[in-house]
Parts: sequence; C-alpha cells; structure tokens
Amino acid sequence: MNLLLGSGVAASIISFIYPALRYIIPPPVAESASNFVAAAKVGELKNNNGKIFRFGSEPALLVRLADGSYRAFSAVCTHLSCTVQYRSDLREIWCACHNGLYNLEGRNVSGPPPRPLARYEVHIQGDDVVVTRAA
Amino acid sequence: MATLYRKTLNWMDERFGAGSVEEFLRHKTVPVTRHILWYYLGGMTLFLFIIQVLTGILLLLYYRPTPNDAFESVQFVMTQVRFGWLIRSVHSWSANLMIFTAFLHMFSVYFLKAYRKPRELTWISGMLLFFIVLGFGFSGYLLPWNTLAFFATKVGTEMAGSVPGIGKWLLVFLRGGQEVTGATLTRFFGFHIAVLPGLATLLLAIHLFLVQKLGMSVPPSVERAVAEGRTSLRNMPFFPNFLLRDMIGWYAALGVLGGLAAIFPWELGTKADAFAAAPAGIRPEWYFLFTFQTLKYLPARILFLEGEFAGILGFSVGAVVWVMVPFLDRRIGFGRLTRVFTGLGVFVIGYIIVLSALALR
Repeated sequence: MNLLLGSGVAASIISFIYPALRYIIPPPVAESASNFVAAAKVGELKNNNGKIFRFGSEPALLVRLADGSYRAFSAVCTHLSCTVQYRSDLREIWCACHNGLYNLEGRNVSGPPPRPLARYEVHIQGDDVVVTRAA
Repeated sequence: MATLYRKTLNWMDERFGAGSVEEFLRHKTVPVTRHILWYYLGGMTLFLFIIQVLTGILLLLYYRPTPNDAFESVQFVMTQVRFGWLIRSVHSWSANLMIFTAFLHMFSVYFLKAYRKPRELTWISGMLLFFIVLGFGFSGYLLPWNTLAFFATKVGTEMAGSVPGIGKWLLVFLRGGQEVTGATLTRFFGFHIAVLPGLATLLLAIHLFLVQKLGMSVPPSVERAVAEGRTSLRNMPFFPNFLLRDMIGWYAALGVLGGLAAIFPWELGTKADAFAAAPAGIRPEWYFLFTFQTLKYLPARILFLEGEFAGILGFSVGAVVWVMVPFLDRRIGFGRLTRVFTGLGVFVIGYIIVLSALALR
C-alpha cells in the first residue's frame, strides 16, 4: 500500500516537474539555410584589412591580404566563442578576449584556441565579394 | 521617543509577545576580541544588499529588457531622469562593494576558523550566498547590453557550456538558445530580479537564523587563551551596543557610496553589436579577473584535455573543496589551528591577487 501510494505521489511530482524542465529549454530555431552571402563590395576593403560580416546567425571575417586576394573564416573563436578580428599590424587573426592568434590559413598558432577557424570559399561575382560555405 | 518606543513594544507584546524578541536581542552577545572588526563584515554585506534591492527597484521603473531598448533605457536613466545617474551609479558601486565585503567576510570567517563545529551549515549557507552574489554580478552586468557585457556573457556562458555532462544543456538554459541574443537578456533579467533574489532571501533567512541560533564564533587563539587562563572572554550585548556600531559603519558606507557615485559615475560604454569584433583590452569585472587570466595562460591542450576544460574543471574542484572545508579540516578542534588549511587560504588569496594584478597590467 505504501509502495503504491509512494509511487503515485512520485509519479505525480515528476509529471509536474517534467513540463517545467522542458519549458525552460527553448525550441530550436531554424538556422538560415543560405550557404552564401555577399560579404562586401569589390574595392570596399583595402589591402591588408579585414571586415566582420553576418553569415547566417554567426559573425564571419573577410580578410583582404596584402596581395589583394581574399580569404574568409568563421569569426567565432574556437576557445570561448568571442568574435575575432584581423590585425593588419600582425597580419594575423586575433581574439581580444584571451589573446588567441590564428594565421591566415585559419590555423591556431598561439594562445589558448584549441582548433582552427572554419574556412569559407570566396568568389567575386560582379561587384560583390561572395563568401560560400563549403558543402 | 523612549516612551513611544516602550508604548509600541507593550502594544505589540500584548498581542504577539514582541517583548520576547527584545529579550532575545538583549541576551545575544558578541565576543569582544582583537578580531572584532571582522565581525562587522557580514552586517555590512547585508546592508549593501539592501541598498541593491532598493536602488534595483528604482531602476526597474525605467529599465526595458530587450536588445533594442535596454541600452537606450539605461542611457535615458543616466541622462534624462532626475538623479538617475546617481541611482544607477550607486547600484553599480554598491554591487561591487557588496562583492568586496562578501569576499572579506568569507576570508575572515575562513582564517578565524569560524566554520568549525557546530557552524558547518552556517559556512555552507554563506558560501551558497556568495555564489548567488557572484550570480547577481554576472547577470546584472549584461543588463545595460553594452559591448563589454555582451562578450563577458558570451565567454562566461561558453565556460558553463564546458561543464561535463550537463554543459550543453546549461549553455542553452542560460542563453535561451545557442547564441547570446535578446533571449539571453530576457533570461538574465529574470534571474537578476526574480530567481536570484528569491534564492538569496531564502538562504539569507537560513544563514541569519544559524548565526542567531549558534551565536558568534570565538577565534581558536582566543579560545585557547581563555582555556589556559591567560585572559577572560568579554562580551558585548548585540542590542543595542553592537548594532549601533554596525549602524555607524553603514552610515559611513552610505557616505562612501554617495562619494564614489558622484565622483566616479558608472560608465555605460557602447551598445552591444553581435556582429562586431571583441574590442581590444576586453576583460570581465574585477572579481572574475583571476579566472579570466588563468584561461589566458592555459595552453590549447593539457594532457588529453582541452586547456579551457582543464581550467574550468580545476576551478570547479577548487570551489567544491572550499565549500567542504568544515568537513575536510577535521583536526581543527578546541583552540587548535590546522596549518594546511590556513596555508590553502593564503594560497587562494595570493592566487586571486597576483592573477588579477596580471590581468590589469
């Protein structure tokens, strides 16, 4: 009898708590399906400069190298998710939060970042510098 | 005045036995030792908490917790509302002073070994309150929705996401999604003005009840001196003697708060932009500097663990050891000091000071 009563009370308590626990976790939001974005206009960026742009729901970094070519990476630091920036004095990608450095291949070369930055493809389409996520 | 007080007390005594409260307060005593200055820190922290509640309620009259409005509403308080700059600055300064006095209170209790039997639960409830105070600081920091706060929250919640097992769940729970967005702001606002105050009130009631029930601890060195007959223990009535001294401290604290708020109004910074790079020189509030600097020094990998994970694991284990000290410091007995745990306390203080100073360089 005690077991039956105890189980019933426990089950009813779980039935109250479960919806509350589910409630506090928000439903997943569908991410932008777009795999490409016009990150800048041709000529907008000077050589040896960088620009943060929005790629889906995340920031990304477009870098124009000293030779005029472009590279693009995720701007989310692989350490603790701060937004990185291009340092024209160092010619490297830098995270201000914990002093992490990445080279222009996106590889983590100094400081705490444990992994390279995700790299994107860059194409020129008309007046636009278009960045594409690898399929 | 005295007659009115007596009449009021009599009126209440007839109905609720209020005289017994006064009797209880009169019987409560505080040991008078050369360490007595440290005994004021708990009351000072409580006083600053009350200032936080009062100024927080005033800020609520204008604050709007959405990414489009939060920064502007604080800007409005600072620039348009009469004495808004003062209320907001007092709230910010008082928050920092409260955390500072909470640190001092914690370390003074630690070094005076006031956590020893029978006060283990007083220590644990105090430590939980301390973590809540840090939670207040962390959640309140985001509310003006400025750049520094945005990235501090990003880093802080990402660290929570590294907790083994529940990390992913914890990150989504704290952020209200995968990223720091308006949903995070709404949640932090809820934590700051409802969840944490509720928990703090409950724990504070338990903490104060335990302090009342068990009385104030006599430091082991004094206890030993009394036992060996080298001195006798003097006591001071809590009411009104100690309370009046407490109140002088609170009055002075009000003056300090007003002075700091007037001379150094709290800055607002620039509005957060989720698609801007983290600014150079970014760092968290002073009480998180030592963790921030530690994470800076850790390499990408330590043995088979990611550096960041190893650091967070280290801090978590350290915090658990610190909370459980009354049960680990088992040799502490009547008048005996345990050097290992005193050494641990000195190391923790030294670590916090040195790493914080390095972060400020």
